[in-house]
Amino acid sequence: MTPHESGLPRGTVYGTLLNFQREWSLWAPRMDQDPYKAPPKAPVLYVKTANTFNASSELVLQDGVTEVEVGASLGLVMGEGGQPVALQLLNDWSVPHASYYRPPVKFRCRDGYLGLGGTRPWAQDVVDRLIITVQINGAQVQTVNLSALVRPVAQLLADVGEFMTLQAGDMLMLGTDCLPDGTRPRARAGDTVQLSATGFAPCVQQLVSGGAA
Amino acid sequence: MKHARIAWSGAIQQAIESNGQLLITQGPHAGSRVGFDEVVWLPPLAPVPQARTVIALGLNYADHAKELAFKAPEEPLAFMKGEASLIGHMAYTKRPADVAYMHYECELAIVIGRTARRVKKADAYDFIAGYTVANDYAIRDYLENWYRPNLRVKNRDTCTPIGPWLVDAADVPNPMALRLQTTVNGKVTQSGSTSDMIFDVPTLIEYFSGFMTLNPGDLILTGTPDGIVDCQPGDVIVTEIEGIGALTNTIVKA
Repeated sequence: MTPHESGLPRGTVYGTLLNFQREWSLWAPRMDQDPYKAPPKAPVLYVKTANTFNASSELVLQDGVTEVEVGASLGLVMGEGGQPVALQLLNDWSVPHASYYRPPVKFRCRDGYLGLGGTRPWAQDVVDRLIITVQINGAQVQTVNLSALVRPVAQLLADVGEFMTLQAGDMLMLGTDCLPDGTRPRARAGDTVQLSATGFAPCVQQLVSGGAA
Repeated sequence: MKHARIAWSGAIQQAIESNGQLLITQGPHAGSRVGFDEVVWLPPLAPVPQARTVIALGLNYADHAKELAFKAPEEPLAFMKGEASLIGHMAYTKRPADVAYMHYECELAIVIGRTARRVKKADAYDFIAGYTVANDYAIRDYLENWYRPNLRVKNRDTCTPIGPWLVDAADVPNPMALRLQTTVNGKVTQSGSTSDMIFDVPTLIEYFSGFMTLNPGDLILTGTPDGIVDCQPGDVIVTEIEGIGALTNTIVKA
């Protein structure tokens, strides 16, 4: 089986924070303030652990969570030698959090919080031209333009590779954009969220309430 | 029993400690005995079908929290690491040329034994396969206040030695009363006890399994006590936990 034919990541999945120009610009005036004290120099990364991998048609809201943020993203599926071999459409779900100071484990690593959409073979021009459309219950709420990255693919791979080697099967997400006001689309139990992008099978998940507070 | 995963005779072998030697337990060499210095030591962890979850704790000893000028956290301060940062016993860790402060962190590592979700403290030990020693190196020059501690500090290639042994949980009757010690070139620089953890092992398992599923083979590195010092190329660092093992690592220039 080729990497990710099953849709499930084979390796470790890394996310990238603040990699869209819009969100960076909105944050820039606050970056020198406490507790951040300075803009980030290295890419700000986080791990989406294996319990988040979710190829199903549902995301179960549980353990007290009633609302989640949609994180339309594109993942670079890595091959041998540190080069991408495929792209995957992803919903990097998170619990809304206003502070980027501490690692986001309880916001981003909950069960099912990485929605897995379709894949395509790697091509730089696919990334450059890609627009991801976000719909909630059929209404378009966001368009994400992958040409507006702070660190485009080559620079992100170089800056990450400075301190860690991405292994074959690992995935590096290029980031999630915010809305013009700095927020992200939010969804609750009963909502159906669809991410669509040309050439990719869409990522569609319905939010259901799972009890167990 | 103390389990190891080693490379020997051109292949990866499973072994146990037996009278100061490694006894290979499976495959064509089962029954063979080899010396500790005849093998390449790998992280003592069986492969897992999906990415291994590696949770690490910051500031989980009151004295270390004080050393780093923070008040003790009200809930566990956790960050995630990728499995690719793990290396075995007797391996080499790279120190970049331009840094001023790179330090070891001797940590008790929990290896999960069965799927854990919403586990209560009282039942937590039932979900542990065993324990090993981790050295969770940090390079403080690279610390930034964005998702801190950030991955450039804590998820570097070669910067998480682990091993040498996975010790069965049944052989560790009280993991909350183990002496920890680190030596740099034979001189003791760090000493403490797992009894000083802010959030103990059962509390950590209850906390994490309260919002995420832990799978067999997943790791929790439980934090380090006071006594961190800078390490230079050529330094030999031994992080040791009573009854679990002594993990040796050598710093080299990047």
